[in-house]
Amino acid sequence: MPTSPIVEMKDISISFPGVKALDRVNFRLFPGEVHALMGENGAGKSTLIKALTGVYTIDEGTVIVSGRSRRLGGTADAQAAGISTVYQEVNLCTNLSIGENVMLGYEVRGPFGINWAATHRRASQMLQKVGLGALNPRLPLSSLSIALQQLVAISRATVTDSKVLILDEPTSSLDANEVEDLFRVIRALRDEGVAILFVSHFLDQIYEISDRLTVLRNGVFQGEFMTTEIEQSELISTMVGKEVGALDSLERASARRDVDRGTPVYEARGISRKGSLEPTDATFHAGEVLGIAGLLGSGRTELARLVYGADKLESGTVRLRGAEANISSPSQALEARIAYASENRRDEGIIRDLSVRENLILAVQAERGWARPLPAQEKTALVEKYMTALNVRPADPDRPIRNLSGGNQQKVLLGRWLATQPEVLILDEPTRGIDVGAKTEIMEQVIALAEDGVAIVFISSELDEVVRLSDRIMVMKDRRKLAELVVDETVTSDSIITTIADESAPEQPGSTQTAGTGAGS
Amino acid sequence: MNTAITTPPAAPTASRVTRLREQLALRADSLPTLAALLIFALMLLYGEFSYGRIFQLSTLSNLLINNAHLVIIAVGLTFVIISGGIDLSVGAIIALSSVSGVMLANAGWNAGLVMLVMVLIGSGIGLASGILVQYFDVQPFIATLAMMFLGRGLASMLSTVPVRLDESSGILALGTKIKIIDGPKVNDLVITPGVLIAVAVVIIAFVILHRTRTGRTVYAIGGSEQSAALMGLSVARTKLFIYLASGTLAGIAAVVYTARLGSAQNITGIGWELDAIAAAVIGGTLLTGGFGYVLGSVVGALVLGLMNVLITRDGGIPPEATTIITGAILLVFVLLQRAVISRQRE
Amino acid sequence: MSTHSTHRPSALRELIRRPYFWGVIAIALLLLINSIKDPGYLAVSYNSASGNLVGNLIDILRAAAPIAMISVGMCLVIATAGIDLSVGSVMAVAGAVAMEFLASAGGSPTAALGALGLALLLGAALGAVNAVLVSVVGLQPFISTLVLMLAGRGLAKVITGGQNTAASNDTFRWLANGYVFGIPVVFLLAVAIVILVGLLVRRSALGLMIEAIGMDPRAARLAGVNRRGLLFAVYIASGTLAAVAGVFASASVMTVDVSNTGYQLEMDAILAVVIGGTSLAGGKFNITGAAIGALLIATLDKTVVFLGISSSATPAFKAIVIIALCLLQSERIRAMFRARRSRPSDISSDTPKEAVAA
Repeated sequence: MPTSPIVEMKDISISFPGVKALDRVNFRLFPGEVHALMGENGAGKSTLIKALTGVYTIDEGTVIVSGRSRRLGGTADAQAAGISTVYQEVNLCTNLSIGENVMLGYEVRGPFGINWAATHRRASQMLQKVGLGALNPRLPLSSLSIALQQLVAISRATVTDSKVLILDEPTSSLDANEVEDLFRVIRALRDEGVAILFVSHFLDQIYEISDRLTVLRNGVFQGEFMTTEIEQSELISTMVGKEVGALDSLERASARRDVDRGTPVYEARGISRKGSLEPTDATFHAGEVLGIAGLLGSGRTELARLVYGADKLESGTVRLRGAEANISSPSQALEARIAYASENRRDEGIIRDLSVRENLILAVQAERGWARPLPAQEKTALVEKYMTALNVRPADPDRPIRNLSGGNQQKVLLGRWLATQPEVLILDEPTRGIDVGAKTEIMEQVIALAEDGVAIVFISSELDEVVRLSDRIMVMKDRRKLAELVVDETVTSDSIITTIADESAPEQPGSTQTAGTGAGS
Repeated sequence: MNTAITTPPAAPTASRVTRLREQLALRADSLPTLAALLIFALMLLYGEFSYGRIFQLSTLSNLLINNAHLVIIAVGLTFVIISGGIDLSVGAIIALSSVSGVMLANAGWNAGLVMLVMVLIGSGIGLASGILVQYFDVQPFIATLAMMFLGRGLASMLSTVPVRLDESSGILALGTKIKIIDGPKVNDLVITPGVLIAVAVVIIAFVILHRTRTGRTVYAIGGSEQSAALMGLSVARTKLFIYLASGTLAGIAAVVYTARLGSAQNITGIGWELDAIAAAVIGGTLLTGGFGYVLGSVVGALVLGLMNVLITRDGGIPPEATTIITGAILLVFVLLQRAVISRQRE
Repeated sequence: MSTHSTHRPSALRELIRRPYFWGVIAIALLLLINSIKDPGYLAVSYNSASGNLVGNLIDILRAAAPIAMISVGMCLVIATAGIDLSVGSVMAVAGAVAMEFLASAGGSPTAALGALGLALLLGAALGAVNAVLVSVVGLQPFISTLVLMLAGRGLAKVITGGQNTAASNDTFRWLANGYVFGIPVVFLLAVAIVILVGLLVRRSALGLMIEAIGMDPRAARLAGVNRRGLLFAVYIASGTLAAVAGVFASASVMTVDVSNTGYQLEMDAILAVVIGGTSLAGGKFNITGAAIGALLIATLDKTVVFLGISSSATPAFKAIVIIALCLLQSERIRAMFRARRSRPSDISSDTPKEAVAA
């Protein structure tokens, strides 16, 4: 391994209004290595990548590429420095041909402008490098699967002769064979001396492909490790962390009470949707907190969205309070007294330009219909009630919600769903990216709600939180349920980590995690 | 997803079916254009059998001569629409440009210089739209609406009555009919320099869109402006170019139209932007951007022109129904495009 | 929903922050220019013979009525991130059907009522057609309403057989030319309708729902908001209001000019909405602002004529208004202003989002 890194980022800090996205983070990347960047959502991975590709400007710190200190002011600067990026949502033009996407901006030109025959020939050569030599480069890009588009994007990066290739969650929508193809390409590029920065949530893939890894958590650098020298369980605990302080005040749910597991409020049998969830059973009981433990991409959010009708079920049956039911839209779910707080607070939760008051009453109002507005008095009472109960700061309901901190936005959203008086409340990462105080307050609310008889589904990457809050835990991995545990003293975050880490899912062929066993077709 | 292609492309032994599918996939986005061509042909046939004298050199010549200006602005709008924008100002540009052109010519300016000024008026307004859109984040609709109002208003300040070009003006030379084939009676193949200009515009536009990086960037912006920027393409420069081109072409159309008619008026060209948009859409250009063909827009413009001819010939169709038919044709094509797109996405 | 509790000096600042503040300033400016040319311009006199108010201001109010109608409808459509290009043509259709009906049904008040009902019904139906194309078929609002914009004018011509049908009916005529307490009926009706629509959207939850789907369709869907129903509501409202405008326009001369009634008025309406502080991108909307925008356009129209400039040159002045407003609203210009007086305003100054109509 060469001694000098090609990319070196030192003490990088980036702040956004209200949040410190990166806090003096260090990162280095060597030629000819695959370096994995690890961390849960909100850890700062994509911020770091965007700092390196010139999309964000850094507040503090230095970026050194190929030995020179750089100020990257945009994508063009990064490309000039030899850095190419393949984003998770592939940034190509689906309206153009495959070959053109590879060559856009680098077309072969002749006396009559672009020489398409030569351009496509060259595109074919480039595609050959990523194993797509047999593709007709004149076909529209939209005719390719996401997996192949991903490879086309990588092939484009080779046209620009990049020394650094950033792959941001390239495998999140690929199946095992496709991942294997991708890895073959990555290895070939690495052997040519390209430095590859790889982001993925699939631990087995990280162990299979990466040489070195850097872990971030909440915008803070946690350490750099050689992949062969760190155990999976150690890696997981470094990623998820243990914020003991925030939880000390909460008793463990299992110590608190017994749950009556009679007729479940909600019961799903074999619900599934292609590409997001394998057939899965789920039952929610009144007065119970069901925790879902699993990393991003494990199917936890996908399950929640299917239950709420945000995505359409492709198979399976649903029973509500014992009776067959069909929930195919969020408004039907709300009518059935099911509420879902999305993990994507910014895009699917708050409506930025509306006031706190309007955001809070939106779901109740939607359920009543536009013609029956909440009477002013009731509205005020409702808003006051939840703003007080949830301790929303500042206590000004007329302020646009975008001006609140993340934690307070989250409390307003919690208020939105509580106001609908749900019997099933699904909270997807309700504590992500918010401060410790707000976190504790939200978890206290969850317990109080369960005691009032609401069936709570609590999804979080913070395993300590899940263990402490839940009466029962569903462990998920690879878009399916691994185990379901009734919480007692033997269940700890460590035991769950072990469950996830040990389960290399041998009984499930075709899953992404089996890629390591070499599907050499 | 398309199974024929998503399977790992290891097997080179493509069966005939997959090859056919590939061919279809290659041509899918040109389907609306082909449909427009088909409809054009059917309209010609229908006209010939119902009214006769359609497949005649003189009829076809007149179709070209009378619609040359529409073809030119439709080409401009094709650029704009492919990039995902819109230009409402072209009709007003023609009014301003032709009124000021005729007045300058009658004031004794040199014909060549007048024509240059007419084109530059278009360029100026187009550039202004482009700057508003690119640097001040004004939506294309509003920016070009402002330019439409500006052009129309300025034209009206110059004159509110038709102004005639002097019989001797050199501009009229562009409208002189040149006999190419001397047919029996009046059935001649005739063209004007205006038609030649339109043809040249079409060819140049075709070359730019299909053979230059700028042209390909237009498509890329229409596909996804964000992706285009992340790919390192010069988005800002290209967007300025697009509006500049559309304005310039409107200026050229003004020259061609004025030369044919020999007069100009402040109300010239009202609603032509909509005709041009309709021509582009009928010709297979997607209003959401990303797809489109210059040649398609030419066919679209000719479909609209032929429709007018047929309605006149029929005599039975009330002229007031013209716009209904235009609307209906437009709707049919948009629905067709939508069907094609949703099939592609499957 | 009053927030007057805060300190006094901010009252002026609050007015300045109103999105339609610049529209009001522009109206005042135009009136000032007219007064300079003719100091008696603003005078409103009392015609003792008829008991009616007469004067330039009254003329402006009368001219603003139809524009205000379509602007209010357009405002709702734009709030959902859509656009309705068909309103001008719908005006012509409504005028045409009303005139045709009156021409055969005669001069009774019942006939007038019938004509009115028929016009409104047809307007609503055409709005529903737009709604189907936008929300069910899923076409872009621009192209859906463009189709009806083209076809609608043809439809108007077909209804009248290409004629500019005239009719006589005193009741119908009264709608546009009559007076109540000396004030033009048409203006009173327009104000009443603006207030009615304003109250309807703000007192019900309609306004909130419309803004929600215009701002963030995904989040709104997850909150259970029914987008399709709302789109139907706004496009039907826009069609109906356009029909009202068509009735006003045709009743004032008791003729429908199928080629010119409402011609290009959709552009005026869009302009009025933008002047009123509603962004074309959808979201927050302001009915009062749209009405003020309509008033500004009417004032501008009248001013141009009053100053002896050809009325067909009016668009140039509208263009200046749009460009000035767009530049005032653009980030680039604002950043330039901010840079100039950077120190005093450190904390974000978000405009209070109160937009109650009337």
